[in-house]
Amino acid sequence: MQINTPFFKQRAHDALADENLQKALGNLKAGFPEKRAIAVDRMPEFEQLRNQGRDLKNHILEHLDLYLEQFESKVIENGGQVHWARTAEDANKIILDLCKQVDAKTVTKGKSMVTEEIGLNDYLEANGVQPVETDLGEYILQLREDHPSHIIAPAIHLNLEDVSEAFHEHHKRPKSDDPAVLMQEAREVLRDKFVAADVGITGANFCVAETGSTIIVTNEGNGDLTQTLPKTHIVVTSIEKVVPTLEDMTLFLRLLARSATGQEFTVYNTLSTGPRREGDQDGPENFHVVLVDNGRSEMVGSEFQDMLRCIRCSACMNHCPVYGAVGGHSYGWVYPGPMGSVLTPQMIGIEKGGMLPNASTFCGKCESVCPVKIPLPKLMRHWREDEFQKHLQPKAARYGLAGWAFMAKRPVLYKPYTRMASWFMKRLAGKKGRIKKLPLAGGWTDWRDMPAPQGTTFMTAWKEQQKNGEQS
Amino acid sequence: MPNTPSGPRVGLFVTCLADMFRPSVAFATVKLLEQAGCTVEVPERQTCCGQPAFNSGDRKTTADIARQTIDAFDGYEYVVGPSGSCIGMLHYYPEVFEPSDSYYQRALDLKSRSFEVTSFLFDVIGADALQEQLKLLQFNHKVTYHDSCSGLRQLGIKQQPRELLQQVQGVELEEMEEAETCCGFGGTFCVKYPEISNRMVSNKTDNISNTGAHTLLGGDLGCLLNMAGKLKREGKAVEARHVVEILAGMADIPAIGEADYDLAQQL
Repeated sequence: MQINTPFFKQRAHDALADENLQKALGNLKAGFPEKRAIAVDRMPEFEQLRNQGRDLKNHILEHLDLYLEQFESKVIENGGQVHWARTAEDANKIILDLCKQVDAKTVTKGKSMVTEEIGLNDYLEANGVQPVETDLGEYILQLREDHPSHIIAPAIHLNLEDVSEAFHEHHKRPKSDDPAVLMQEAREVLRDKFVAADVGITGANFCVAETGSTIIVTNEGNGDLTQTLPKTHIVVTSIEKVVPTLEDMTLFLRLLARSATGQEFTVYNTLSTGPRREGDQDGPENFHVVLVDNGRSEMVGSEFQDMLRCIRCSACMNHCPVYGAVGGHSYGWVYPGPMGSVLTPQMIGIEKGGMLPNASTFCGKCESVCPVKIPLPKLMRHWREDEFQKHLQPKAARYGLAGWAFMAKRPVLYKPYTRMASWFMKRLAGKKGRIKKLPLAGGWTDWRDMPAPQGTTFMTAWKEQQKNGEQS
Repeated sequence: MPNTPSGPRVGLFVTCLADMFRPSVAFATVKLLEQAGCTVEVPERQTCCGQPAFNSGDRKTTADIARQTIDAFDGYEYVVGPSGSCIGMLHYYPEVFEPSDSYYQRALDLKSRSFEVTSFLFDVIGADALQEQLKLLQFNHKVTYHDSCSGLRQLGIKQQPRELLQQVQGVELEEMEEAETCCGFGGTFCVKYPEISNRMVSNKTDNISNTGAHTLLGGDLGCLLNMAGKLKREGKAVEARHVVEILAGMADIPAIGEADYDLAQQL
């Protein structure tokens, strides 16, 4: 997937002007946060679960190698294979090889952000293998040659009319704007694809070390068909998804569904434990797990380790007022919202991803809804520190900060300086009490007035008052 | 009307915006603290909490300013300021130093004794300490309250200003939709991403005017300047004030961004 992150500002500008998108984002704002709040209210121990989730993830990350090795040996014991991919390129090659081994023409795919991350679809297509997305949202995006703008609701940026249009164009059926009709239409089209697919590729929400199982959670059931019908099932997932036991997995499932969609539990929770065994009714003949690193092991032990706790629930983006204003595509790469603002610079480099950690007011809402308590603002701040050290911030911002710092560190200079600034702005405002255009602060006064200062600084006025008080 | 100065000795953390834009907020804070029996002093060596440096990733400057602030407020029983955001910054100071640094323990100590003003009055002094004074006040208007992010999420400020407000005669509090959603100020954010900030503050002013409130109240001048500026630009007739102005009985001075007012001439 092309990296458009450096153009965040322009993309945000376009997004704010896009009425259709704004309508779609309006729906998001009213939807998920409210449902989450209701689900959380119904569960008095939710806060306790968050602490447990955070602690368990921390424990896993401390022993990541151990649990991954255990997971690998269990998968092999079950008759499957594990492939380790250090980079996106490695992962793509491994997956293409596996497809070639069974002479695959088409592969069906369940929704997987990791395959977005590594750009798998383009790679397969370029090498003669046709990927078919089966998650409804992803399927719509594929028809429109679009990309997800959200990690659990990939087509959240689209409205019903957009979907109706895309279906009409590609399915050549009468146009409809009834969601049920469109759903049925997608189901019928996809049914043949499921049956014809040579390989099924899914992600994994968790990998269970104890049993060598992977699990995907969906609300559509497309994941089940993707992983049970074709002869080969390839699970593409990342190394931090491993959990020690099935019991541990259930803790995260409870946190995940409530944080994501406000459900008590996701509708389909499908476990895969190796290929089909003798006497099994269904299941693939070949079972592969591709474990993608792609920069994650560098995060272990670094100041960004906490980010690896993320269980991809999307609560942070659902509640983020910046995401709510500009939508996921503005972020310019796979992972949007606050979690993307931390993860993206790690994967594409802070030189290209630096806009994102800066596009936050640090309002802290994301951290307050994160099911595993990732300190997202703090991690974004770490990126800003990295940028500061590398002198990556725009010159004007750096010089502005340096000038301010010079004053702020010298109380004797700071006082006359603030007094002067206050006086100057007061003069600019005149009788109105507010300034319509403030030099050097166009960003502010383009959109709102600047309230005028009251005419003197407190420090001056206080000193004056104390002096007068002593005299009287 | 200062009470007997037997109460705690409090160092006032003035905050940059109160200092430069609205000294009346700092004066109101002094008044409330004195009414609550505190002896208030204003350390001269204070400047800013260091938030601009901290949030820009400049750790060295943050640490320099933190040291300066820690020194300036040495020896006060409490440090109180009219901003959840700035006091929240003081609470971040321990993160700025290595545990081996001599300022680390002092930063922890400062954190333990620094409070946002409504939280100090309500949580430390106690709900009824100001009851007598507040009961004498009148503000016969519908108000709505914006929960500023740092105060709310970092310091747990939610009911304190509301409880204090309800003791003032005539105040009718009408909660707005999304009272806890960021107004888009975010320090340098509103200058770096003015368009996004504008969308956020527009949502806010819509929610504010939907309540039909006469006055918007809040506990942080940054957010209030942002929202007041937007309300003015949109021509909405909602006044914006820091909550301490009401609590200190100073509602007669012009609201934020209202007509000319010269504090210097008042003193």
